[in-house]
Amino acid sequence: MSAVTQSAPTRVPATAAPRAQLRPGRVVVYALLVLASVVFLIPVYMVLVTSFKSIDQVSLSTMWQFPTAFTLESFQRAFERLSPNLLNSVFLVVPATIGSAIIGSLNGYVLSKWQFRGANIIFPLMLFGMFIPYQSILIPLVQFLNSIHLFGNLWGLILVHIVYGIPITTLIFRNYYAEVPTEMLEAGAIDGAGFFGLYRHIVLPISAPGFVVVIIWQFTQIWNEFLFGVTIAQNTPVITVALQNLAGSQIVEWNVQMAGAFLAAIPTLLVYVLLGRYFIRGLLAGSIKG
Amino acid sequence: MPRINRDRLTAVLMLTPSIILVAVFVYGFIAWTGWTSLTDTTSNTLISGQSANYIGEENYAELFSRALDKRFRADLVNTVFFTMMFIIACLGVGLGLAILLDQKVKGENTFRTIFLFPMALSFVVTGVVWRWLFNPTNGINSLPTVIGLPAGTFFWHISDEKLFTFFWQDLPAIFGIILLGVVVFFALRSWAHKQSMLAALLGALALLTMAWLSFGNPSSLIAIARPEEHSFRPALLALVLAAGWQMSGYTMAMYLAGLRGVSEELREAARVDGATELGVYRHVILPLLAPITLSAMIILGHISLKIFDLVYTMGGGDNLYIDMPGMYMYMLSFRGTDVAKGAGIATIMLVMVAVVIVPYLVTQLRSEKSL
Repeated sequence: MSAVTQSAPTRVPATAAPRAQLRPGRVVVYALLVLASVVFLIPVYMVLVTSFKSIDQVSLSTMWQFPTAFTLESFQRAFERLSPNLLNSVFLVVPATIGSAIIGSLNGYVLSKWQFRGANIIFPLMLFGMFIPYQSILIPLVQFLNSIHLFGNLWGLILVHIVYGIPITTLIFRNYYAEVPTEMLEAGAIDGAGFFGLYRHIVLPISAPGFVVVIIWQFTQIWNEFLFGVTIAQNTPVITVALQNLAGSQIVEWNVQMAGAFLAAIPTLLVYVLLGRYFIRGLLAGSIKG
Repeated sequence: MPRINRDRLTAVLMLTPSIILVAVFVYGFIAWTGWTSLTDTTSNTLISGQSANYIGEENYAELFSRALDKRFRADLVNTVFFTMMFIIACLGVGLGLAILLDQKVKGENTFRTIFLFPMALSFVVTGVVWRWLFNPTNGINSLPTVIGLPAGTFFWHISDEKLFTFFWQDLPAIFGIILLGVVVFFALRSWAHKQSMLAALLGALALLTMAWLSFGNPSSLIAIARPEEHSFRPALLALVLAAGWQMSGYTMAMYLAGLRGVSEELREAARVDGATELGVYRHVILPLLAPITLSAMIILGHISLKIFDLVYTMGGGDNLYIDMPGMYMYMLSFRGTDVAKGAGIATIMLVMVAVVIVPYLVTQLRSEKSL
């Protein structure tokens, strides 16, 4: 990342002639960007150098230094301890994500193409559900899950994530389907297709990008979630809860913790790096209009 | 067309389960929490199935005046300071990065990926990593030594320093002074706009506030007998740094989307009018970004009002210097036995978030309709 000096040859389009004089300015721009990148990557550097150390190499005085001998020992230890939790998170995330994507798609289809009286009131009331502090529903939620014997396990957590995912998935799909011209549906309706026929033959085939955005969003959110995990599924700790618990052990093995953090971060990071475009779309959808 | 009518019914029926789920799990449970906060529910009454007693606003009265619940009031103070610093940090860094990336730089995608990747992480991962970086002896405190400066000595999230110490009893006066400032500002503005009626009214209100501040003994509004000390905890800077690292990419993405919406013609027109590159930003582009700033403030604000994971990971519930209402609620209701008081805190948190979010939702959806 020594881009500071490489910044000189910038192509200057003919129309933007005045920009040619801004050369020193451009050096500053690149210098600032590189500096900011370095600062943003400090934690990544720390995770990497610490997690490749063995426990006897980890000390405060050498925490910034490269490991004297690279070892995968801490990854092994972290994986041993966290693999059941990684698995729990997978069992949680897959059904919860698929479930909330399907519900969101149908809801979005109804709210964008089958406007009915009262929808203008119901939709905002639904949306408010994605902003509430979940503390304000947590106590009854625990009692309710307890009474239907879903407390303490993954099924309860799956249900909770599907239910509280309804607002955001509905919002994203509603905005996505709003772009689909109504004429397309009208043409289908003339051919005799009903509610489900229109959905299956016209709406669903063009829904792939919407599904990608929603699935990525829900996957990231549910994987990273902590409050529900720590309160309603203690018997089956998900990865975030287990990672936090790693710190509770008597001797703080920083190398194992950093390796654990790395393992917990890898799935969402991979999704982000590979499908970042869709991730950002979900991100901006959270501010309603996007 | 009967066909369409039947389909319309199907559509409503398809939405009905979601409506019921949201009605029960969001609104029903909120009401239930609100009710719980008015009772003496403890984990014992819940487990034994005994019915709890209605005790009115007792829990709220305790939260705001009982000496033992000072922790809650300190949490509110922390929330206010943290929210302000967090929003300012994210807006500043996000806008700065967005403007830099807007300069038609090479490798824009790489830079953007670097600034945004923390958004893909869990607050728990962020907390675990920063906890290690914040260790006072050799963590980020030693970074200044890279350029030859002395190492920092700040204890970050475990610092017990205090600044701006004030008394809880001062709060009515502080709010009064803020109100006075706002009223005077609007009075002067309406006067300048020649709305003399409004100006006179506001002026009278300002005089009333001043009279109340000087003769009304504002601190008598507080029901705590002994002066109760509160302060800004610099330890919160650790939370701001970690949370800002994670979230400023988000504001950057919002601002960048906004900057991309400013047409090149508009910029060119301003340049032709003799504006410098800096002037184009100050006078043309930044005003256009104002709505984005407002949206970002509200989204960030509601995140910081309910922050929990990061506090849990970095403080574990014992570090009161960085404590927040969400954390105390969890400790009371799920680690302790005072479920009802936890419900009270949860209700207060909901009200704080609603005050920010409801007007936002209403205006967003209304402007959407007018499009």
